[in-house]
Amino acid sequence: MKQYLDFESPIAELEKRVEELSVIAGYEEEVNKLKSQIEKLKTRIYSNLTPWQKVLLARHPARPYALDYINLITTDFVELSGDRYFADDKAVVGGLAKISVSDSKYLSVVIIGTQKGRETKEKIFRNFGMPHPEGYRKALRLMKLAEKFNLPVVTLVDTPGAYPGVGAEERGQAEAIAKNLREMAKLEVPIIAIITGEGGSGGALALAVGNRILMMEYAIYSVISPEGCASILWRDPEKAPEAAEALKLTAQDLYQFGIIDEIIPEPLGGAHHDYHLAAQYIKNSIIKNLSELQNLSPEELVNQRIEKFRSFGIYFEV
Amino acid sequence: MKENSKTPSKMEIPKGLWLRCDGCGEILYRKSLEQNLFVCMRCGYHFRISATKYVELILDNESFEEFDKNFVSGNPLNFPNYKEKLEEAQKKTGYKEAFIYGRGRINNIAVIFGAMDFNFMGGSMGSVVGEKVARAIRKAYTDRVPLIIVATSGGARMQEGIFSLMQLAKTAAELALLASAKIPYIVVVTNPTMAGVMASYASLGDIIIAEPKALLGFAGARVIEGTIGEKLPEGFQTAEFLLAHGFVDLVVPRKQLRPTISKILDIVWNKKESQSLETEKLNYKIEE
Repeated sequence: MKQYLDFESPIAELEKRVEELSVIAGYEEEVNKLKSQIEKLKTRIYSNLTPWQKVLLARHPARPYALDYINLITTDFVELSGDRYFADDKAVVGGLAKISVSDSKYLSVVIIGTQKGRETKEKIFRNFGMPHPEGYRKALRLMKLAEKFNLPVVTLVDTPGAYPGVGAEERGQAEAIAKNLREMAKLEVPIIAIITGEGGSGGALALAVGNRILMMEYAIYSVISPEGCASILWRDPEKAPEAAEALKLTAQDLYQFGIIDEIIPEPLGGAHHDYHLAAQYIKNSIIKNLSELQNLSPEELVNQRIEKFRSFGIYFEV
Repeated sequence: MKENSKTPSKMEIPKGLWLRCDGCGEILYRKSLEQNLFVCMRCGYHFRISATKYVELILDNESFEEFDKNFVSGNPLNFPNYKEKLEEAQKKTGYKEAFIYGRGRINNIAVIFGAMDFNFMGGSMGSVVGEKVARAIRKAYTDRVPLIIVATSGGARMQEGIFSLMQLAKTAAELALLASAKIPYIVVVTNPTMAGVMASYASLGDIIIAEPKALLGFAGARVIEGTIGEKLPEGFQTAEFLLAHGFVDLVVPRKQLRPTISKILDIVWNKKESQSLETEKLNYKIEE
């Protein structure tokens, strides 16, 4: 069963009719007509999405998650576990992998992502993609491994945020995030950070201090969730759609602000409509960006990264 | 220096000859409280004080020279009511933004010193705070002097959206530079320091000092309670809680801040002369 969002209901209706008619002989012409109507409708709907509709797409339950992308983008993935201090956080996955560039060429990388679950049981297992401190520490351990063996780092970020819980506080959620920010800044290998779904505040940033920051077309990246913002501003989480508007959290907004370097296109209607195509777009982008960075020395990489983040901010002197 | 006590608010110490302690309810005489650095004489509760008060408290008299005093925020998101909120905060506090910094001395040791002010929009970090903290770090790096920051903040400033979030990485990146130059960075975390500030420069001190009972953490108590569906234990996310879990070095009463920082700097930074004498002695002995 396909899952449709509210604003997709006109598409759902037409697709239902196509489905019904396709099983009956003699309606081929009608079906083809409907199909082209659906394509037109899709183009119209998806090119006029509101920020809130993009939030819904970014959180779409059928959207590909990190392991889906890793399986489609890489070969020889060796998943590595644990922060070596406390636990293995299942909300963060990572390991060694190859990305094939051509028949005879491949790139070796360390790839890390936040992982959400699809069914209730798996959602809980993955803690809804919300890392504990040990998730950030595992990620940092893998990045240091990448540095040691001179491998570029690719991160796939899709998290509502760092987990707000008692254990997370006891084990230093703030410290874990802060340390990642500082250590990623000075990592001596290229880092490509890709926001694939939800970029939930500090919990996302802690995996996204990259030489390149990329976002999927319908991904969002924000200092606070629209619901959180609406609760603070209007004491009403129901006003999240308005908050989504005010926060300017879409890939298109962030590209305009110069915060991100590139928007990775998604298949029509969103990545969940075609996992393979979405993964192909990401892969192309990783290869392109890594090839641009490959001639930088470790020192140049660190400087470029520090200066990049140094430049973010709008202020003036009076 | 600014006189801040003229513009109190519900967040700060209220006007009047007598004050009620938020910690124990005791009625306190203002003059005595002031002499006690706004720490309750009965229960030790630390009243919230301004950034300027920390300058007076920690630095040598008249040694502070403020930098980039007139930086103000743009309104990059054109966020509803943000402009008004900023103007109100400026009027209320006399500051242009929630962080001041400059050069000064502690017991004659040159330092870069910065302090946040909670009364300015909850000490929230937007572009200006992030930029000024980053500049404070860069200045300590180029001048090769220790950096001291007194933090208090509700976190990143919502009204500047993604720009605020990026300040976490910006300040942390600058601290990577400072650390590589082996220059000491001491943080004093005061009540409250939360979220985006705790998850960046406030957690990255070589030495982290907390004021007693200060509320410190990543997620707000209400958010955690909403997530786990139960009440949090007494003392959760206090300075003492962080001390017990290994995330701050010391819990130090306000009165002891200056002597404590001074003692630390004396050992990690002001050592050169005495240290080199020791080395000579040692070399001499070995040659013998």
